[in-house]
Amino acid sequence: MNDTTLQNFQTQQDSPTASESAVRTSYNEAPTPNKGQPVTRNESVEENLSVRVRDLSLWYGEHQALDDISIDIFANTVTALIGPSGCGKSTFLRCLNRMNDLISSVSIKGLVEMDGHDVNARGMDEVALRRRVGMVFQKPNPFPKSIYENVAYAPRMHDMVSRKADQDELVERALRDAGLWNEVKDKLHEPGTSLSGGQQQRLCIARAIAVRPDVILMDEPTSALDPISTATIEDLMDKLKKDFTIVTVTHNMQQAARVADYTAFFHLGEMIEYNATKQMFANPHTKKAEDYITGRYG
Amino acid sequence: MSQSFEEISAQLKKRHRRSARMKWMTMGALILSAAFLVVFISDMVVRGWPAFQQAQIQTEVSYNEQSQKLPLAAVDEDVRPLISRGFFRPLPRRMENNPALMGTTQTQWVIADSRVDQYLKGNEDRLRPADKETLQALVEEGRAELKFNTTFFTTGDSKMPELAGIASAAIGTVMTMLVTMAVCFPIGVMTAVYLEEFAPDNKLTQIIEININNLAAVPSILFGLLGLAIYISFFGVPRSSPLVGGLTLALMTLPVIIISTRAALRSVPDSIRHAAFGVGCSRWQVVRDHVLPVSLPGILTGSIIGLAQAMGETAPLIIVGMVAFIPDASISITGASTVMPAQIFTWASEPNSAFAEKTAGGILVLLAVLIFLNALAVWLRNKFERRW
Ligand SMILES: Nc1ncnc2c1ncn2[C@@H]1O[C@H](COP(=O)(O)OP(=O)(O)OP(=O)(O)O)[C@@H](O)[C@H]1O
Ligand SMILES: [Mg+2]
Repeated sequence: MNDTTLQNFQTQQDSPTASESAVRTSYNEAPTPNKGQPVTRNESVEENLSVRVRDLSLWYGEHQALDDISIDIFANTVTALIGPSGCGKSTFLRCLNRMNDLISSVSIKGLVEMDGHDVNARGMDEVALRRRVGMVFQKPNPFPKSIYENVAYAPRMHDMVSRKADQDELVERALRDAGLWNEVKDKLHEPGTSLSGGQQQRLCIARAIAVRPDVILMDEPTSALDPISTATIEDLMDKLKKDFTIVTVTHNMQQAARVADYTAFFHLGEMIEYNATKQMFANPHTKKAEDYITGRYG
Repeated sequence: MSQSFEEISAQLKKRHRRSARMKWMTMGALILSAAFLVVFISDMVVRGWPAFQQAQIQTEVSYNEQSQKLPLAAVDEDVRPLISRGFFRPLPRRMENNPALMGTTQTQWVIADSRVDQYLKGNEDRLRPADKETLQALVEEGRAELKFNTTFFTTGDSKMPELAGIASAAIGTVMTMLVTMAVCFPIGVMTAVYLEEFAPDNKLTQIIEININNLAAVPSILFGLLGLAIYISFFGVPRSSPLVGGLTLALMTLPVIIISTRAALRSVPDSIRHAAFGVGCSRWQVVRDHVLPVSLPGILTGSIIGLAQAMGETAPLIIVGMVAFIPDASISITGASTVMPAQIFTWASEPNSAFAEKTAGGILVLLAVLIFLNALAVWLRNKFERRW
C-alpha cells in the first residue's frame, strides 16, 4: 500500500459513515422540543418564566456549536442540562450570562430574554447581566484572596454595602446559605485557596449568591468532588432554589434525577428533548434521550 | 510475551548510563560557569580592593598669614612632596571660612600624594630617594599608613588619582535611573496591560508584538543615536544630563518591561479572570483587582532586571554625552552628569596606572549595587508571591 492509498483509506475512516448519518437524520425526525416548552410541566407549583431562549444558534468561527435552541427556564426551579461531552452544554450556559463574549471567534444568532430584555441587545450591559446571572465553574476558582474577601468583594464592588457591619453580615449570610459558615467562621482571613476542593466550590457558590442574583449557572459544579461534598452541594441546590433559579450541567444521571425539576437533553448542538425530570427519566420521548439516560449511549 | 527482569535490566543499563553521562555533563557546565564567575569576581576584588584604601600622613599643619598666601608653607619642607596637592589648594579658603584656625598649629592626618600611595601599596616606585627615606621614617613612627578611603565615596572625578571618587557618578546613575523608571515603568506596564487584557487579537496587535520583541534585541548603541537625534537635536534636551540619559535608557528598557509584564500577566490563570467576570467585574476591575495583584511580583522582578541592565549600559550614554568630567556631584536632572559605567570607562582609559585600581574599585561598587538590586527583586517576588 503506498502513501496515497493509505491517506485515502484514513480519510474514508474519518468521514461519517453511512450508518452514522442515518442515525443523525433520525434525531431530526424526533419530536421537536415543543417550542422551548417542556413536554410536560410540573403542575404542583406555580412557576414563572425566568429566562426565555428562542432559536439560539452559536458558532465558534465556522464551527456551529449550538443549533436553534429554544427553551423556557422557570424561576425557582433547578434545570439540568445533560448530554454527551462536546454537545454544547457549557456553551449554552455561557450564553445566559454572555461569558462567550470573552471568546473572540464566537458569533451568536437568536434570542435570550430575561425579564423581557434581550440580553444580547446593544443596550444590554454585560456587567449588569452578570450581576443578575451568577456563575459557578466546573473547577473551583476562588480569588487568590482571603475567604472573607472572596465573598465580600463583589457586593462591595456593586455598592450593595457601605458599612463594615453590613458587609460582615452579608458575608456571614452568604457563607451560611452556602453551608460553609461553620467550617470557616474561625478562619475567615485565611486564603480561600487553603480550603479543600469541596469547600472551595461552596465558597464559589457563596461568592455567587452574595450579590443576590436571580439566576445561578453551575457548570458541572460537583465533577471534581467526592461523594460527600457532592451530596452537600446537591442539598444546597435544593435549598437555594427557594431564592434563586438554578441552571446546572451534569454528567451524572442520578444527580439530575435527584436535584433537577426540569431536564434538557442536548446532542451535537441541538436540544433533543426537554421535560420535567420525572417524565424525562420515567418516559423519555426520544430514542436518543432514552439511550443516553439508560447508559446505552456510545 | 512478557520480559523477565534480567532482560529489562540489560536494556536499562544503557539508558541509565546515558542519563548518568548527561548528569555529569550538565553538572560540568554548571561548575565551569561558576568557576568563571568566581575567577572574575575574585580578580576584581583583588584589583579593586586597594581603591578602598588611601595613604595618609600625620603631620603638623600651621595655619598663619604666610600659609594663607603660600599654602605649601603650611607643612614641613621635607614632608611637603609626600602630600597631595589637593590638600594645599583649598587651605586659604578654609582659613577664610574658619578664622579660629588662624595662628594655630595642628597635628592632623592629611591625604598623601598618589606616588606615596602607590609606593605603600607596592605598585610602583616613582618617589625620589630623599622622599623615600622621609616616608620610611614616617612609616616606622606610625605616621604614614593606608587608611580607609572615604574620599573615593564622597567626591567626583579628579585629575589627581588620590582625589578621584565615584560619588558624582553614583548620584548621576541614581538620577538617570529615576528618570528611566519614571518614564518606562508606567508606560511599559500599561502597554503590556493593553496588549494582554484589552487588545483584540488581530493582525495589527500581532505586528506590534513582533516589533516590541525585535526592539528588545536592538543593539543598545542605536538607542543612543536615537536619543541624540530625537531628544537633543529635536527637543533640545540638555546634553550630558540625567534627563537625556534617562530618556535614552527608557527607550531601551521599555521593551524589556513590556515583555516581562506580558509574561507575568499571561501566567495568571484564566480561571481567575473568568471568576472575576462571572461576578460582574468590568474589564478594568478584573485587571486592577485580580490580575495585577497576582502578577505584581513578576512585573517588579522584570522591571528591576531591566533597570539593572540599563544601569550597566555605557554605549548609548557616551553618545548622548554622559562621559563628562564631573568633579562635583550636582543634583539637577538637567545639569551635566555622568554615570558609574561611564566613569569606569573614563578611568580605564587613563594612562596613569593609579587609575587602574579606581577602575576595578568602581566596578566593585557597580557590582555591589547590581547584586543589591537583584536581591531586591528576589525579595519582592517572595514577599508578594501568593498561592492560588
Ligand atoms: N472556546 C472555544 N473555541 C472553539 N470551539 C469551542 C470552544 N469551546 C467549545 N468549543 C466547541 O464547541 C462544542 C461544544 O463545547 P462545550 O464546551 O459547550 O461542550 P460541553 O457539552 O460542555 O462538553 P463537556 O460535557 O465535555 O463539558 C465542542 O465541539 C467544542 O469543541
Ligand atoms: Mg462543559
